[in-house]
Amino acid sequence: MEVAKIENVTRVYKMGEVETQALRGVSLSIESGEFTALVGPSGSGKTTLLQLIGCLDQPTSGKVFVNDKDISKLNRSRRADMRRGTIGFIFQFFALIPTLTAYENIEMPLLLTGESATERRTRVTHLLEAIDLSDRAHHRPDQLSGGEQQRVAIARALATQPTLILADEPTANLDTPNGKQVMEIMTRLNQETGITFVFATHDPRVIEYARRVVTLRDGRIVDDNGKEK
Amino acid sequence: MYQILKIAIRDLGRNRRRSFFSALALAIGLALLLLVASFFNGEMNSAMDSTIRLQSGHIQVRAATYEESKASLKWEDLVVDPEQIVAQIESLDAVKLATPRLYASGIVAVREESAGVRIFGIDPLSEANDPYRVGMLEGEFLTPDDRQGVLIGEPLAEKMALQVGDSINLSVNTSGGDVDEQAFTIRGIYSTQTFGFDSLTVFMPIAKAQTITQTEKHTSFIFVLLHNKDDADAVAAALQGTNNQIRTWTQMNELILQTEAMANSYIYFMYLIVLGITATVIINTLIMSVFERTREIGILAAIGMKSRQIMSMFLLQSTLLAVGGVIMGLIFGLLVVTYFTQNGFYIGNMGLTGMLIGNTIYAQLTLEDTITLTVISFIITLLAGLYPAMLASRMEPVQALRGGK
Repeated sequence: MEVAKIENVTRVYKMGEVETQALRGVSLSIESGEFTALVGPSGSGKTTLLQLIGCLDQPTSGKVFVNDKDISKLNRSRRADMRRGTIGFIFQFFALIPTLTAYENIEMPLLLTGESATERRTRVTHLLEAIDLSDRAHHRPDQLSGGEQQRVAIARALATQPTLILADEPTANLDTPNGKQVMEIMTRLNQETGITFVFATHDPRVIEYARRVVTLRDGRIVDDNGKEK
Repeated sequence: MYQILKIAIRDLGRNRRRSFFSALALAIGLALLLLVASFFNGEMNSAMDSTIRLQSGHIQVRAATYEESKASLKWEDLVVDPEQIVAQIESLDAVKLATPRLYASGIVAVREESAGVRIFGIDPLSEANDPYRVGMLEGEFLTPDDRQGVLIGEPLAEKMALQVGDSINLSVNTSGGDVDEQAFTIRGIYSTQTFGFDSLTVFMPIAKAQTITQTEKHTSFIFVLLHNKDDADAVAAALQGTNNQIRTWTQMNELILQTEAMANSYIYFMYLIVLGITATVIINTLIMSVFERTREIGILAAIGMKSRQIMSMFLLQSTLLAVGGVIMGLIFGLLVVTYFTQNGFYIGNMGLTGMLIGNTIYAQLTLEDTITLTVISFIITLLAGLYPAMLASRMEPVQALRGGK
């Protein structure tokens, strides 16, 4: 089953009078359960592609489908609805709310989807175990290491049991052991839950974990091994 | 909603000092407003109270043609047979006392110096003179049959270097339009703490005043004090029907009432300025908070928080600031106002003859002013929070995630 499909998408950013072509006609299909890496140098369009699939941005032309629904023309509020519960995000910077504890950060998306208190407690406790941070549940982000923060971010992305998780350079700010641990957790969760993972990276150690590698350059897909390794 | 509130509270806690100073700006603003309102009330009430007590009374009964500004002494402009009218007025229940007074202008001359004064002929035994009697600084109060003695105010005594027992020459207008000059002895020096009154007013017994002004049994007016000043119109109505004119304290003190009305509009203008400054500080704090948290707003949007939820998060923050600031402002303001209610604020020599102002203002804060100013400050702060909250809610998630760049 197709989780996301992109049809001939372009994205042009206007900065004053200067136009930047971030994507120049990209088509891509992501199947359920994939563990796919988007690779390419800086400025190749990886992040833009992730933001379009993630309903954070809209294409200049072309169409984007998530779960068979055309999201390219949705208004802001509808896109927020789409993100909530369907898509989980993991960012390069450890994107946690600094004033909330690890537990509360993971719980946040569940509050937005309106889960009951019992359900929230069960899921958050389970996720904290899955990322091996049960003992750090009530620590704030500034009391956690970079690797721990990124693990909390992964747990938060998984909290609503989305169909798709998008990760933008998830290991870029981590040292090798922590990067490895994060990738192993993501791989394990992909296998255990069947949730689709798409991540942008240019770290060769991370690419090794991907079963499919899509290479972008100058806003175009130049290589797609297309099939599972 | 609870989580949004939690984020809002913790974010204020994250920048404790900044939050505190923003709330403090509101607190100082509100305290200042309370203080201004209480001073204004105190000043206006004291001006009215002093003027009634010392000068106008609650009601005056005058001859139909009497003109206060001319201090007319012609017989036809004066009240005839005052004792009978006093008795008639005092028979009314609402009346506390009534006493005849004669009012003439004159000049005090000592050695090379002279000064224009108003001569108040009073019945020294009347309780109406208590405000002057309690203000005696030196010497003795007048007695009814004293034919030589006068009382002068402290500012006049200081200006002309006069002491109790000194002799002065007093030139007084007479009913015939002439001037009569006689030597008087200063029996005492008084102070009512009201410069505009004390510097000008010379007291003498009414019998002597009538003799020197050649007004015989006539008086300028009957000075009436009531138990309750709100009864003035009713008493005035009861006294109508004679040839005399009846003037109530509101009619006699229009200057004060007009000044109060005019000052009111200035005060509102000042409220606007103070609240405008406070609002600017609050807006500034919240905008800084929005910019600092741009990425956080992006994250919240990415996990599916809607614009209006982001907006309510920032509105909650300004509400919390408003609550904190208003509580602090009330405590701070009421403490300061209480101090000035008890100890007063010395303003020195102010006021005019038509509007007597004591040299110390005692703050008087009404419940109505307290509630109105508190509610207005609160609402202004909430309004100030609106723009930053909208700014946050309108951020594009993609840009916010990049840190607003």
